[in-house]
Amino acid sequence: MTINTEMQVRVARITQVADKVKRFRFERSDGEAMPIFSGGAHIIVSMRDGSVLRRNPYSLMSSPEDTGGYEISVLRVENSRGGSAFLHEKLKEGDALTLSQPVNLFAFDQRGRKHVMMAGGIGITPFIAMMDQMEREGRAFELHYAVRTRSHGAYWKELQQRYGAHRVKVYCDEEKLFIPAATVLENQPLGTHLYVCGPGGMINGVLGTARSMGWPKQNLHSEEFLAPPPGKKFQAILTRSGTTIDVAAHQSILEAVEAAGIDAPYLCRGGACGQCETAVVSCDGELEHNDHFLEPEDKASGRKIMICVSRIEGNSVTLDL
Amino acid sequence: MNLTFKSETFRDDYTFRNSPETIRRFPFPFNEDKYMYSVNMEPHVPAGPEGGAFRNLVDIDEHFVAEMQDRAKVLKEDPLRYQALPHMMTAQWDTLELLMEHQAASYPEHFSLTKDGDRWHWINRPMGIDQHFTFGDAATLPMEPLEFITRQAQGDFVIVDQRDNNLWCDAGMVTTQADWSLDFDIGMNFHEWHGPVPLAHEIGVFDRALKFLLNLQLGKPVRRLNWTMTINPRLDTSPENYHKWGPDRATVTPENVGNKVHLRCELQSLWRLPRSNAILFVIRCYLIKMEELVSVPKWARRFHRVLRDLPPQLVDYKGLTRYRPATIDWLSKFDDGAPTSPGIFPD
Repeated sequence: MTINTEMQVRVARITQVADKVKRFRFERSDGEAMPIFSGGAHIIVSMRDGSVLRRNPYSLMSSPEDTGGYEISVLRVENSRGGSAFLHEKLKEGDALTLSQPVNLFAFDQRGRKHVMMAGGIGITPFIAMMDQMEREGRAFELHYAVRTRSHGAYWKELQQRYGAHRVKVYCDEEKLFIPAATVLENQPLGTHLYVCGPGGMINGVLGTARSMGWPKQNLHSEEFLAPPPGKKFQAILTRSGTTIDVAAHQSILEAVEAAGIDAPYLCRGGACGQCETAVVSCDGELEHNDHFLEPEDKASGRKIMICVSRIEGNSVTLDL
Repeated sequence: MNLTFKSETFRDDYTFRNSPETIRRFPFPFNEDKYMYSVNMEPHVPAGPEGGAFRNLVDIDEHFVAEMQDRAKVLKEDPLRYQALPHMMTAQWDTLELLMEHQAASYPEHFSLTKDGDRWHWINRPMGIDQHFTFGDAATLPMEPLEFITRQAQGDFVIVDQRDNNLWCDAGMVTTQADWSLDFDIGMNFHEWHGPVPLAHEIGVFDRALKFLLNLQLGKPVRRLNWTMTINPRLDTSPENYHKWGPDRATVTPENVGNKVHLRCELQSLWRLPRSNAILFVIRCYLIKMEELVSVPKWARRFHRVLRDLPPQLVDYKGLTRYRPATIDWLSKFDDGAPTSPGIFPD
């Protein structure tokens, strides 16, 4: 029933673009064209790291019309669960990887009269592809980009050169400059859409400001991929598979399920899309919901769990899987 | 497959017929002897016997030229059968690309597409169209890209925009529809345009279908079959023209069932579009007369049973009330009670 549309690729180029940020270009091993995508889309990168299969979502930042290859940029995070450490320290040019088809959970609204983007740090990546598409389609946009230091911030010079300093504004923490969200938002024409990508605190702050200024909910867009937070180990009893698996402290339920050789549906692996929603039959412990998808009443019901980022604290959870 | 395009009509003298080969490739929509709504989506991948309606993901058959002529007539009388809201231009180009690429790849003897960067050259031989244009520049085509390509592709086409966790009916070409109207539905969201369908809301079909479609993936189109019945082989059974076809339903007699009563199957496919992130919804309509249908014994037996046991709400919603008894009587002669084989294809 599942069609395999994954793409086998090789790492064509690795570029250090800023402190702790590397860019990776992937090209298909079979020489075929990559699908055109829409700005804001992400892919899942599957990495074989020794005995561990890692699958992480990354926003595409290359031009959506570049069918020769896809590019992502990855921040080396402290306390990496393994993905960014593997990409930064182990992956070499020429190595083989598997990519999913692009999926867009952060598409811009085609009706927008103007598009205002606010990026924090590595949250810049989806906007690089979005601006490329918007420029080609002749859409009005501006970017407000917050970086920690000028040397930590990736791409700000190139973006200012390409689109002009009037459309790309950079704010540097070190220089005590922050995105003046309220000022930016109060001067926008009717029909403007706002897009925020960055750390959770920044997203909540900007969206809270916009809502308090009366911006319609439909005009506010954000994306934050959550890494599955670690916890304590527990057991998952899978009723349909008829098996019981261990979920380790630094593993998500989805990862443990896959490690046991069981196929479970997923798209974003970051708690956003809803694809991995799984029914909870019973729980010997407390559900820890970490996703952005389930409604509060669903979380309170104890009947559903997003297995890509959520887990339990306790002994075991029984899942319809 | 060798295609010879027929000259025939879907109105007035109704000369539409299926050749014996086309009867056998009909996408018969019932995989068991009863019918109830379900989401029934499956991957839209090539399937079924060689030459069948499921072999090419964009299907062209012997009725192509005649259907396009009928579409042109409908549009001439009522230009609002084609509409596209202004924000759908990127999705229009996505659709043009998808249909041209599929038609050229699957039917190279009839269609060809060559690209030199953004400069494209499209040839549609059966219709005598030879067009050079610049991809992305609507001024280089004689009409909007969606109208241009859907005047050259079988089936109705709706492009739904995805935003606010919903789908919005924001563009389309709809001339072969089973009693619904693009002009009425344009701008509506998924729940609004499915409002009239009975039973399905109660069993949660639409909530599940919407969730499924919001996560529809690029490169993984899906399909489902839907069906109704039509008296006379009329493609344009629209609400706008109800006065022309509605009364036909009272003209069925035991003598003319075989020729007048048609099973109407919709092969619906849904495709994520690359640049716009919109979804293209293709509703490809196939018609078959009862006397053509019963030439496949399995289909004769099964359709008799489906129609006989159909829930009353569906009989009413599909508009079958007046001629269903006569049709069941007529079909019963072809149902000896023998079991039918699994699946939809002829034995």
